[in-house]
Amino acid sequence: MKKIALSKLNDFFAAIAAEEKLYLPVDGEKGTDYKLWSEGVTYSRALNTNRSAKDFFFPQTENIVDFKREGKTIEVIDTRTEAEDFVVFGVRACDARSFGILDKVFLADPVDSFYASRRAHGTIVTMACTRPAETCFCGAFGIDMTAPEGDISCWIAEDALWLSANTEKGEALLNKVASLTEEGDTAAVDAQKAAVKEIAKKLPLQNLPTDAFKGDVLLEKFNSAKWPELSKACLGCGTCTFVCPTCQCYDVFDFDTGHGVKRARCWDSCMYSDFTKMAHGNSRNSQVERFRQRFMHKLVYFPMNNGGEFGCVGCGRCLSKCPINMNIVKVMKSLGGDAE
Amino acid sequence: MQELMKNRAIELLSAGEVDRVVGWKKGEFAYDCTPAIFTDANDLRDNFVYDDFTAPNLSKYLVAECKKGGKMAVFLKPCDTYSFNQLQKEHRIKRELIHVIGIECNGKADVDKIKARGVDGITGITSEGANFVVETIYGNETMPKYEVMAERCLTCKSKKHMVYDELIGETGDVNPDCGRFDMVAKLEAMTPDERFAFWRGELSRCIRCNACRNVCPACTCEQCVFDNPNSGIQQKVAVTSFEENMFHIIRAYHVAGRCTDCGECSRVCPQSIPLHLLNRKFIKDMNELYGEYQAGEDTTSRAPLTNYNMDDCEPSIVHERGGKA
Amino acid sequence: MQVNNEFRPTIVAFCCNWCSYAGADLAGTNRATYPADVKIIRVPCSCRVNPMFILRAFQRGADGVILCGCHPGDCHYTSGNYYARRRMTMLFSMLDYLGIERERTRVEWVSAAEGAKFAATMNEFVETVTKLGENKRLEDLRCKN
Repeated sequence: MKKIALSKLNDFFAAIAAEEKLYLPVDGEKGTDYKLWSEGVTYSRALNTNRSAKDFFFPQTENIVDFKREGKTIEVIDTRTEAEDFVVFGVRACDARSFGILDKVFLADPVDSFYASRRAHGTIVTMACTRPAETCFCGAFGIDMTAPEGDISCWIAEDALWLSANTEKGEALLNKVASLTEEGDTAAVDAQKAAVKEIAKKLPLQNLPTDAFKGDVLLEKFNSAKWPELSKACLGCGTCTFVCPTCQCYDVFDFDTGHGVKRARCWDSCMYSDFTKMAHGNSRNSQVERFRQRFMHKLVYFPMNNGGEFGCVGCGRCLSKCPINMNIVKVMKSLGGDAE
Repeated sequence: MQELMKNRAIELLSAGEVDRVVGWKKGEFAYDCTPAIFTDANDLRDNFVYDDFTAPNLSKYLVAECKKGGKMAVFLKPCDTYSFNQLQKEHRIKRELIHVIGIECNGKADVDKIKARGVDGITGITSEGANFVVETIYGNETMPKYEVMAERCLTCKSKKHMVYDELIGETGDVNPDCGRFDMVAKLEAMTPDERFAFWRGELSRCIRCNACRNVCPACTCEQCVFDNPNSGIQQKVAVTSFEENMFHIIRAYHVAGRCTDCGECSRVCPQSIPLHLLNRKFIKDMNELYGEYQAGEDTTSRAPLTNYNMDDCEPSIVHERGGKA
Repeated sequence: MQVNNEFRPTIVAFCCNWCSYAGADLAGTNRATYPADVKIIRVPCSCRVNPMFILRAFQRGADGVILCGCHPGDCHYTSGNYYARRRMTMLFSMLDYLGIERERTRVEWVSAAEGAKFAATMNEFVETVTKLGENKRLEDLRCKN
């Protein structure tokens, strides 16, 4: 394991930023968000960012192709560009797991070339949690907040930053900053891991049971009588889906510029009235159905298609952001009771 | 307070005077609640909650509930009664189906403000006089309530119920000196460049989740213009800064003269954009140019934008009065 | 060919059918001149102009938007321009509040007999907007390239 004294953290960031773009969580007036590092920017050790790290690979909107009209000719312009190398520092364990879930969607055949390009050029440096909150339920999905995945895993323990590369990409990045790092033993990190695990035991949702959603439960959950009651207060806004690190639905639309068309895609939300609207109309006409779609997707459909892996990472953003506090934890607790 | 409300609701329900009660349901943590429609006395007994965190304005739920028919009771805080009146004025709810129980409110707490103090891992919150004792897995913290009170409650315009059939607790007074326009005035005093920078900073954070629109008691259109694909406006994206500006200008404009300043938009915004400052600008302008008007004060008056005077000011007043050039 | 790189603004003028559009007509018949940068859109009444029209004009490349209607009291539909007056006051005030240059928007009452006023107003407005330069704060880049 490598280590860097915290006093040299700025040099570490500068060394990375000299090579490629570096993004990290920065405190703002209204919470923490990822920002581009430049001299003078301070790394925030806040538990998590307002928006998830999926923005780096799957941005909220992106242009996919342009059509330009001149006289009677239409020119088709491929707007794709190869992404530049970049590093995202300070990703938490929950968000780090979300990339694996998004990969299963976007890197499966047919590969999404926009996403693939960003994934190939992005290096993820994760940071272990030391002060989890009551809204954290990553443990329910088998995520260890003290040992995050990613190309490089980091810990801040005592007065040093500890780094451990997990992939070739991670090794390559560590080699670039080799002059700043020194070898260290794992004692401090191990002590921290043990301490945080003790804290995690006190959190109310870390051991949220997921068994009720395993196995052949599709029809049982789909037909549950509890959906109308659960969704009654739902406003039908897209907050939960837009702050979610694993929500991956998108819509494609054309914008008429007056002299051509710009085709773009943007995040879609199953909470919206025009979600999956087709020529024949809409397949889900009530908020109950739309609400059910979101949770069925995360807890039943996605695991069924992906070897039992749930489509939720327990980051807790939807718990704290939902205007009416209806969330996946309440749904799981309520529907979990069905099996008993 | 909570017990009084609960008992009264159960009483109404058991007596068959109403067949449902619109209230708040206890949540997962000490600070969250979900609006709920109770039809069962036992459910009420176990899950009904009214405390320092029951902030959601329940009046909008009545629009959907009224379509179902049947009598219902609803709990309304003073600010919610303004929304109620406004909905009645617009014929969105049926007054005769609703039994309004006005409830006393001394301001609601904003859990984000508690968390912004670095308090994590909250396992319980108890109210002790003017303080909150927040229990967390990292230890207890005591803090004065007013320091973590929601922004909208710090500038509460009225503790007086505009409408009720019965009252639990006290009804208070209208407070014209609440200072709710102070921030608007501060912005007006800035230069256009400063104002532009301020609003770009705020609006560029918008993720177009539409929570502000969906929670708004004034936004009750059957189909919103932003949901109509034929309008040529995107519903769920803001590709350019223009669209961010446009959505918020148009939304504020659509509720101008109808907005009661309940503050739900700013409460629900996941990106903490001070949306109420847009609505308050309209309210302030209308007060200054067309005479004092408070939406939701009554159910009959005409709103400023559906009314006129022969001697109204000309639009050029915008060029002439206040604010730096 | 001579290329003129000087900035010419795009001005959208919403004119009511009954007064201002006729006023513009009169300006033409009288050979009164005003810049060709002004694009007139005829509307049944100044009250027809939805705030969204104004924003949309800016999105599509306008540098200035002016609304012309009958003088207050002379509306063909009795009261349309009274409503328009309040509406535009509110909208312009909001745009100003967001830091968008207030000189880019304007309302002027022009009757069918005021051809000269129409031309003078347009000359003045084009001049004002030319000084302000391109509309940057309410632009939609997608429409520009």
